[in-house]
Amino acid sequence: MFEVIFLQFLNGLDKGAAYALIALGLTLVFGTLGVVNFAHGALFMLGAFCAVMFRQLLTLETVTLDPEKLSPWGAPLEIREPLVQAWFGDFGAVLVNYSVPASIIITIPIMLLVGIALERGIIKHFYKRPHAEQILVTFGLAIVAQEVIKSFFGPNPIPQPMPTDLRGAADIGAFLGMQANVITYPIWRLIYFLFSFVIIGGVFAFLQFTTFGMVVRAGMADRETVGLLGINIDRRFTIMFGLAAVVAGLAGVMYTPLLPPNYHIGMDFLVLSFVVVVVGGMGSLPGAVAAGFLLGILQSFASMTQVKALIPGIDQIIIYLVAVVILLVLPRGLFGRRGVMEA
Amino acid sequence: MTVMSRNDLLLFLGFTVVVLAMPIWLHPFGAAYPDLLQRFMIYGIFAVGFNILFGLTGYLSFGHAAFFGVGSYAAVWSFKLLSLDAIPAMIFAIVISGLFALIIGYVSLRRSGIYFSILTLAFAQMSYNLAYSVLTPITNGETGLQLTLNDPRYLDRAMFEAAPGQPVPTLLGQSLGGFAGFYFCAGFLILAFFIAQRITSSPFGMMLKGIKSNQTRMNYTGFNTKPYTLAAFVISGMYAGLAGALLAVTDPLAGAERMQWTASGEVVLMTILGGAGTLVGPVIGAWLIKYFENIFSAINENILHRFFDFLPDGVDNVLVAISSKFVGEGWFLTLGLVFVLIVVFLPGGIMEGVRRIAHLFDRSRRSPTKPGKATPHPQPAE
Amino acid sequence: MTTPNVVLHVADVHKRFGGLHALADIDLQVEEGQTHAIIGPNGAGKSTLLNVIIGKLAPSSGQVVFDGAILTGRKPYEINQLGIARVFQTPEIFADLSVLHNVMIPALAKRDGAFKLNLLRSLDSETGIRQEAEDMLEDVGMHSRREMAAGSLSRGDKRRMELAMCLIQHPRLLLLDEPTAGMSRHDTNTTIELLKKIKSRGMTKVIIEHDMHVVFSLADKISVLAQGRIIADGTPDQVRGNPKVQEAYLGGAH
Repeated sequence: MFEVIFLQFLNGLDKGAAYALIALGLTLVFGTLGVVNFAHGALFMLGAFCAVMFRQLLTLETVTLDPEKLSPWGAPLEIREPLVQAWFGDFGAVLVNYSVPASIIITIPIMLLVGIALERGIIKHFYKRPHAEQILVTFGLAIVAQEVIKSFFGPNPIPQPMPTDLRGAADIGAFLGMQANVITYPIWRLIYFLFSFVIIGGVFAFLQFTTFGMVVRAGMADRETVGLLGINIDRRFTIMFGLAAVVAGLAGVMYTPLLPPNYHIGMDFLVLSFVVVVVGGMGSLPGAVAAGFLLGILQSFASMTQVKALIPGIDQIIIYLVAVVILLVLPRGLFGRRGVMEA
Repeated sequence: MTVMSRNDLLLFLGFTVVVLAMPIWLHPFGAAYPDLLQRFMIYGIFAVGFNILFGLTGYLSFGHAAFFGVGSYAAVWSFKLLSLDAIPAMIFAIVISGLFALIIGYVSLRRSGIYFSILTLAFAQMSYNLAYSVLTPITNGETGLQLTLNDPRYLDRAMFEAAPGQPVPTLLGQSLGGFAGFYFCAGFLILAFFIAQRITSSPFGMMLKGIKSNQTRMNYTGFNTKPYTLAAFVISGMYAGLAGALLAVTDPLAGAERMQWTASGEVVLMTILGGAGTLVGPVIGAWLIKYFENIFSAINENILHRFFDFLPDGVDNVLVAISSKFVGEGWFLTLGLVFVLIVVFLPGGIMEGVRRIAHLFDRSRRSPTKPGKATPHPQPAE
Repeated sequence: MTTPNVVLHVADVHKRFGGLHALADIDLQVEEGQTHAIIGPNGAGKSTLLNVIIGKLAPSSGQVVFDGAILTGRKPYEINQLGIARVFQTPEIFADLSVLHNVMIPALAKRDGAFKLNLLRSLDSETGIRQEAEDMLEDVGMHSRREMAAGSLSRGDKRRMELAMCLIQHPRLLLLDEPTAGMSRHDTNTTIELLKKIKSRGMTKVIIEHDMHVVFSLADKISVLAQGRIIADGTPDQVRGNPKVQEAYLGGAH
């Protein structure tokens, strides 16, 4: 029994990690800029498509015809060779194999640019406008982003292979000194979980230990006062939005081997992440992370056959149900502060 | 019933004429065929109802598609169990969606602002997910709920022999296909508009506007705002249910995708595009979106090539390549862009645009030396 | 001489925020028809006291009784329906609506109660309410501006309209939270004139203010609050002459 529970717990971690990462970015934007960003899921999706695009670039091939060899149909045999392999040899092959993690290199600058452009171009004009309008404009941006992706990459999910060495499962049970082969866990999901930990830790450290972070935290606690101190908070806000975009993008990149991305993957995660943010408490970073994992794990337990037999359909609605209950019982969420978004 | 002001009466009569004459005046636009006209009516009702909540009280619901879907399911079940006649189906759908809205509204309205939006969103997603999974016996899951020859139809069979052939909804025995279906829906849109107009100009409507403007003041003025917002929520839920039922009348197949949150987003778009808080704005928004959806979705590259034919070859191809991203499958991209532009530059929607233009004309007509008297300037919805 | 009729009784109220004792041992009796001012330096607990009276904050102990009814724990709209209207420090008005509608809404609340589903009746047919609102606007000198959007009024006019919104309900008790805060001298004077004018109507008023000019030209009775306690209570002359007050407040302020 313990094994079953432990396994479900593990199964919830990777999804929980994705929720936590998206919710973290949402909260950063909301807490600092005061903007409810319905386009945040689209940033996750754009990140995922950074990986897709990177792989498509890497696998551009040269096709040469070898007249010496004939295919079984009698035509000259086509020899396809990825350009990177042609140029860089073995290193190229490794790069193709590791395309998903490698695409982080392009994801960071791309997402930073996208985030900054969005903030400077549009979001910035909405700081003082009602939350309803913020929701509306970011909702519109999300539609635009996903339709652009759809028109370039098509409507179907595009599977991203994980590196060959990282396929398979790790025997966590044995690692913890239990019986072997009882609790095994796919390596990539383990990596995703650890990755999310690094990112979350990085964001927290950044906010905790840098001057920049201190100002931002002060701004989250009390925007007006920080403004009065004469600190140029605007530029920091732009950077925070870029940072949130990068976090969302990275969460998207690394999730691609687990769930082939399509253009509306962001919307699917966004709705859930909003629920996560609300459960955690609007504006609370630890709340977002804790609620992300909590809901991921709860969802995993709800999809156990025994649970489903008991309450049919519970796996479909558990997250929303928890959200409704939390919102009604603990109006400010698990870690929420007073007076945030009460209007 | 009390008298209607002259302006209200004129607006109502004008609206009625415009709606009933649609098959005529939409002819030159290539939109005068029943299928599209019916959708104009149905989504017009949906948007008018949504506006009663969002436009008047300012509560932004992201879950109204759930009521639309429930209305569809309820109507199809009425066709299956009771009768193929549309009237019982309408009544049944409005009652069921109203009850559903009462429950969801009661819970969601315990919070306001963004929390309210997220609660409604959560409820709608729950309904959608359930419709696809456990509630399959009621919703028939992905296939969608449809009419079959073997439906019991107790009321019908108690009165007369079942007609042979594929069952279709009727009104007092008359088929509701084609223009009959349009006029059936048009009747409901006109009625829906009339009621919305009455609500807007009633003391109740004034209270809703007061809630949007300053809820604190409403409370300290002695109003219990919760029943007001709940009433508005239920009314707009019933409108959505009515619209969903009408869609089921014209096409008796109810699917869960009608409840998805993108569908909720669509009615928000319609209302904003036309002008939230105004009476005709949401209807115009619904019509425009459905019209251009129809046009844009039908355009393909061949049509574009013909359109840009007069240009030199290279330019032609480039333009076709670019514009093809915005039509056909890309219609939603266009919609999203238009939506962003509207929210950024014209948050009051088309109606605000009309007002601004009218204002410009007004000013240029007056002589510059004689400043106009202070005119009442109702603020457009935020 | 008959015993004065106490309308509002703040009985033994304490309010703590964590370790901070914001209000201690407040006992306040407001008599029918009087204008009772509560003054005190910033941070003395004036706003906290008002929020306790109006039910926005729950006292840690003690209670507020209005005309035999306990206010503590009631919702703002219930308190209003009992006959208490409130003017806020920054005018709380319906900025999007016309001045006339701003004043009609409270009249409807008075007539119809906290909720009425009168959705098929036309507002235009409410001629009685409309006339009442127009008369009230005439009274406060704003009739000519009745069609303007309330948000576009000057601050003084907003305050005037807010007063009209309260007065049209004929409240038994009117609470005024710094009615002249942030106003120009001119707006302050017109507001004082208006308050004097409505004083003759015999309405009970509690006014919170730190502008001494306003207080001494309006109040029948003054309670002085300092550090969460009432340190003096009496007519303006008594308070003016009270050495404790001079020391704690007037002396410091002047």
